[in-house]
Amino acid sequence: MAYSEKVLDHYNNPRNVGSLDKNSPEVGTGMVGAPECGDVMKLQIKVNDASGLIEDAKFKTFGCGSAIASSSLATEWLKGKTVDQALNIKNTDIVNELSLPPVKIHCSVLAEDAIKAAIEDYRKKQGVKAPASAEHAVA
Amino acid sequence: MKTPIYLDNHATTRMDPRVLDAMIPYFTEYFGNAASRNHEFGWVAEQAVDKARKQIADLIGAAPREIIFTSGATESDNLAIKGVAEMYAEKGNHIITAATEHKAVLDTCKKLEKHGYRVTYLPVKGDGLVDLDMLREAITDKTILVTIMYANNEIGVIQPVAEIGKICREKGVLFHTDGVQAIGKVPVNVNRDNIDMMSITAHKLYGPKGVGALYVRRKNPRVQITAQMDGGGHERGMRSGTLNVPGIVGLGEACAISQREMPEEIKRLQYLRDKLKNKLEAGLDEVYINGSWEHRLPHSLNMSFAYVEGESLLMGINDVAVSSGSACTSATLEPSYVLKALGLGDDIAHSSIRFGIGRFNTEEEIDYVADKLIDVVRKLRELSPLYEMAKEGIDLSKVQWAHD
Repeated sequence: MAYSEKVLDHYNNPRNVGSLDKNSPEVGTGMVGAPECGDVMKLQIKVNDASGLIEDAKFKTFGCGSAIASSSLATEWLKGKTVDQALNIKNTDIVNELSLPPVKIHCSVLAEDAIKAAIEDYRKKQGVKAPASAEHAVA
Repeated sequence: MKTPIYLDNHATTRMDPRVLDAMIPYFTEYFGNAASRNHEFGWVAEQAVDKARKQIADLIGAAPREIIFTSGATESDNLAIKGVAEMYAEKGNHIITAATEHKAVLDTCKKLEKHGYRVTYLPVKGDGLVDLDMLREAITDKTILVTIMYANNEIGVIQPVAEIGKICREKGVLFHTDGVQAIGKVPVNVNRDNIDMMSITAHKLYGPKGVGALYVRRKNPRVQITAQMDGGGHERGMRSGTLNVPGIVGLGEACAISQREMPEEIKRLQYLRDKLKNKLEAGLDEVYINGSWEHRLPHSLNMSFAYVEGESLLMGINDVAVSSGSACTSATLEPSYVLKALGLGDDIAHSSIRFGIGRFNTEEEIDYVADKLIDVVRKLRELSPLYEMAKEGIDLSKVQWAHD
């Protein structure tokens, strides 16, 4: 199966690989997927208290190249956004950007879930109730 | 060294140039129909077919008349299983096979189930081998056939074929084996191994695609099968259709070469395979061999690299042709049913790579693949949240994963 240039680029040069301090109140951690399904994504955001902007994002992913690329791309997009803006990132945006084929759409869905899970975790730490519109963020 | 490097010799093999040389005259010069009994063209073709029949028979310890030519092993498996089922329908309706068989066997058995036959799918042990006691217990007075492969295409384990055949003999049940992965690679002998029928294909032993054979025992016991295609009654009435003379010549030549070179080839391939394994084990922690190490084809290695996913691994070694037990690209997203039958967790199955070393691989290639793989696994483990958790001492089997 042929991979798109962008998937290959993220796979060969993954952006923002690593971990943030998961105990920090400024850090939200999302872990989605399961090893037996062949995909696990860990995505973390660090939100600047003063500006309300996501100033750092890191990921680690166990999965195929498209899963790695989806989460790598997600961390790129998250940086500099507010949490509310981040919630607007849709899996279809990732599909379009990476030209994912139909069998790989689940990778983009997982990346969207990871973003939502990280934001949910961050908001929980901050004591902010999730807005009703973000259905994935219900605690 | 040229890339890409081909290490997928269980899937198919490059044709040996000597095989091609033997075949070429039978396309344009000696193009006769082997069934044409009344002229030179036919005689020449028939002679070529007879020679090939003997070359194949010699490799497996059979008599030439016991070789029935087909289009390949899928047809041979179908012909053997359906042919026996139909021929012996009055004797019984029960067939025994194993969970790790090739789809050509499993799906044929499933088809027969729809027609009222009963099929037992024996589980395998953790090392991939069938349990002989279980086999013995599964045989009933309605059992007409046991079909268990000689060596597995995914994990390379060699079944205790001679013992299976012996049990079948004792119980008066016919024994068919899909010999595709073993023939020409390790010594196979239909008499020593108590085999009644065996599927053969040319393209797994450096011959052409689209030609194979079915060995059908002629005495002690005399096996009869019902033809599955109607026509001119070729091949002793078991398989109609004009013989693929150049292909058959190629299959024969491939068998003759394998027989001649097997002792040397086994040593060479085993050396390369062991080198690959040893390098990978020295360079990486938490790698696991899938299937019995002891009962294994000499050119075969199936290894799991914990905490990395197979498809991403393949992507990292994209100038090396191997297969993965991960089915990330398939519609079902299910990992290999063979690895699952060994009792492996889905995560380990997703992390597996099958290496099949062949006649044309060099030591330089093996070194290159081992080094590259070590690099890629290390890189992907840096990326892997599972590796990180394992290193923190978290038991991954106890983690509550967020399922959909």
